[in-house]
Amino acid sequence: MADATTAKSSATASAGQPQLEVLEREELILNNRSYAWITDRICGIVENRMPLLWWIIFIPSAIIALLGVGGGLTYLVSTGVGVWGNNNSLMWGWPIVNFVFWIGIGHAGTLISAILFLTRQNWRTSINRAAEAMTIFAVCCAGIFPAFHVGRVWMAWFLAPIPNANAIWQNFKSPLLWDVFAVSTYFTVSLIFWYIGMVPDLASIRDRAKNKFRKFAYGVLALGWRGGNRQWRHYEMCYLLLAALSTPLVLSVHTIVSFDFATSVVPGWHTTIFPPYFVAGAIFGGFAMVLTMMVPARKIFGLEDLITMKHIDNMAKIIAFTGCLVGYAYLMELFIAWYGQNKFEWAAFAKRIGADEDSPYAWSYFVMMFCNVVSPQFFWFEKCRKNLWVVMGVAMLVNIGMWFERFVIIVTTLARMWFPGDWQYYSASPVDVMTFVGTIGMFLALFMLFLRFLPCVNIAEVKWTLLSSNVHHDEMEEAKKAAGAKCYEADGEVITGKRTGGNC
Amino acid sequence: MKTGIKKVYGYLARFETPTDLYKAAAKVRDKGFKKWDAYSSFPIHGMDAAMGLGRSKLPFFVFFGGMTGTLTALALQFGTQVALYPTIVQAKPTNLFTIPAYFPVTFELTVLFSAFTTLFGMLALSQLPRMNHPLFESEQFKRVTDDGFFIAIEARDPRFNREQTREFLSEIGGSDIELVEEQLS
Repeated sequence: MADATTAKSSATASAGQPQLEVLEREELILNNRSYAWITDRICGIVENRMPLLWWIIFIPSAIIALLGVGGGLTYLVSTGVGVWGNNNSLMWGWPIVNFVFWIGIGHAGTLISAILFLTRQNWRTSINRAAEAMTIFAVCCAGIFPAFHVGRVWMAWFLAPIPNANAIWQNFKSPLLWDVFAVSTYFTVSLIFWYIGMVPDLASIRDRAKNKFRKFAYGVLALGWRGGNRQWRHYEMCYLLLAALSTPLVLSVHTIVSFDFATSVVPGWHTTIFPPYFVAGAIFGGFAMVLTMMVPARKIFGLEDLITMKHIDNMAKIIAFTGCLVGYAYLMELFIAWYGQNKFEWAAFAKRIGADEDSPYAWSYFVMMFCNVVSPQFFWFEKCRKNLWVVMGVAMLVNIGMWFERFVIIVTTLARMWFPGDWQYYSASPVDVMTFVGTIGMFLALFMLFLRFLPCVNIAEVKWTLLSSNVHHDEMEEAKKAAGAKCYEADGEVITGKRTGGNC
Repeated sequence: MKTGIKKVYGYLARFETPTDLYKAAAKVRDKGFKKWDAYSSFPIHGMDAAMGLGRSKLPFFVFFGGMTGTLTALALQFGTQVALYPTIVQAKPTNLFTIPAYFPVTFELTVLFSAFTTLFGMLALSQLPRMNHPLFESEQFKRVTDDGFFIAIEARDPRFNREQTREFLSEIGGSDIELVEEQLS
């Protein structure tokens, strides 16, 4: 890469063209891979035997999921919601911490798929499929907690807008009901987006299938896709519309989750910064989870040419950026609590940060600060972004930190509500821990099944990013040579050496 | 060798690169064919113009889908909260002016209905799902989702002619030209 660039610039210089350095864009797919290679590599994952490491991750996570989610919830339902350590004043406890944590994880998937699609960021193509899968699985994990936290889970249908036995309707002015609509819409739309994006790739697997069962199963899933341009035309419009719909949707979901807190009058929650702060945090945490899953998957399945260091670098930069946003939000929230001179608000914050004699949860605040604000700062340095161990380490810390962020918000506030008589130390019960760990197992197991049975990289879109897929590629190359220029705009207009911008 | 009644579906020709396919498509368009399609494993940009196709009508349907969602949400909320069973919770009023409280649900249902319209509209417009298609009879057509680029001209096109169409396809650079037949019984 570097050699080619240098050679080109010296050639331009000798031709008497302007000397301005033109930066070449890093390739998204390395080593000039062919269409067939890309299909082969990605479909190969689904067709071949799974490597040992896959089994090493899958089996324990499936067991943890069964014991934790299956066992934990069976015990909860058969005994009563009291087995969760939700003390009287802390009736939100872990369940809501875990709910907000998981729902946040999902956001990076939709962000990568929708917002980066609308902004024409082609680097998204290698990672969007896995990130969308993550969204689906994370929302599945998230849904468990509020559903079971209502106490009598068989009454969860009360959330749906149907009148109950007394003809009383749901309170549509409550953020908790808004949440029901937001999360279920988010799940449905993400699922549609994920599935529709996968249809052409499922057709690839169908066409390569050797045995009858696979042919039938993938045939049904591929809906009879043939890749005719008359189909692609509607398909692309469909994808664009779904992206345009998901973009405000993803921002609305965490905004509405934050309304659960922000519209209350509880000190520590009643904050107008919550909606943007929650959204930034969700993207931050979600990207960390994408890295946590994709860095090992890339290694295990040999996808280095498709998911390049450039992709990881971009994600690391997004984490650094959103980490700064989150850090700003933490400090601003604190500043307003102090500057606003509301003594209840300040009392809540003083207990949160350890400025009060009685601040039993200050440790969690500092865990959060370290993980979310300090650790991403490593990503200012290119060396750290290029070192996969550092990248993984920071991503893990961010995952932990984002869980603690929700813990800090919920527990530090509720544990010290208005009546000192209610004050007590909150600790999660073993069933709490078991269920949460279970959802981690469930998430991993589902992700492993996804890698096993579905195309984990968007084959059609990756092919589309190859230079040779542009029908004007040859003409542009020729025009470029003729003009002595090094780059051109996407629509084929040649830029002479003078400009450094453009699509180079 | 399959026997029984067969019906000619049309000709299938393969092209080497997306650029070849693009150029050939423009020629098929200029020749005046109507019932034909260019097949590739990824969307080729500029192909709509090369095939003489207009913009997809999908957004038109989605607009109405979305509006249905908005109206459903407003009817659901005003109907239940103002007309059927007004409940005053936390001193929040229930009347026609409480609309700010109804924004989140209205937004969500608008998005939900639009997404469903997008999904089903796309399927309907591209005549999916279907499990069988005459082109699946062709062995080489399996490459369409891998690295094959094809043009298929259907027999029901008024300009279709067994000899001339075949010649025409090879003239514009098609290779492996194949007469695809549909198995009827």
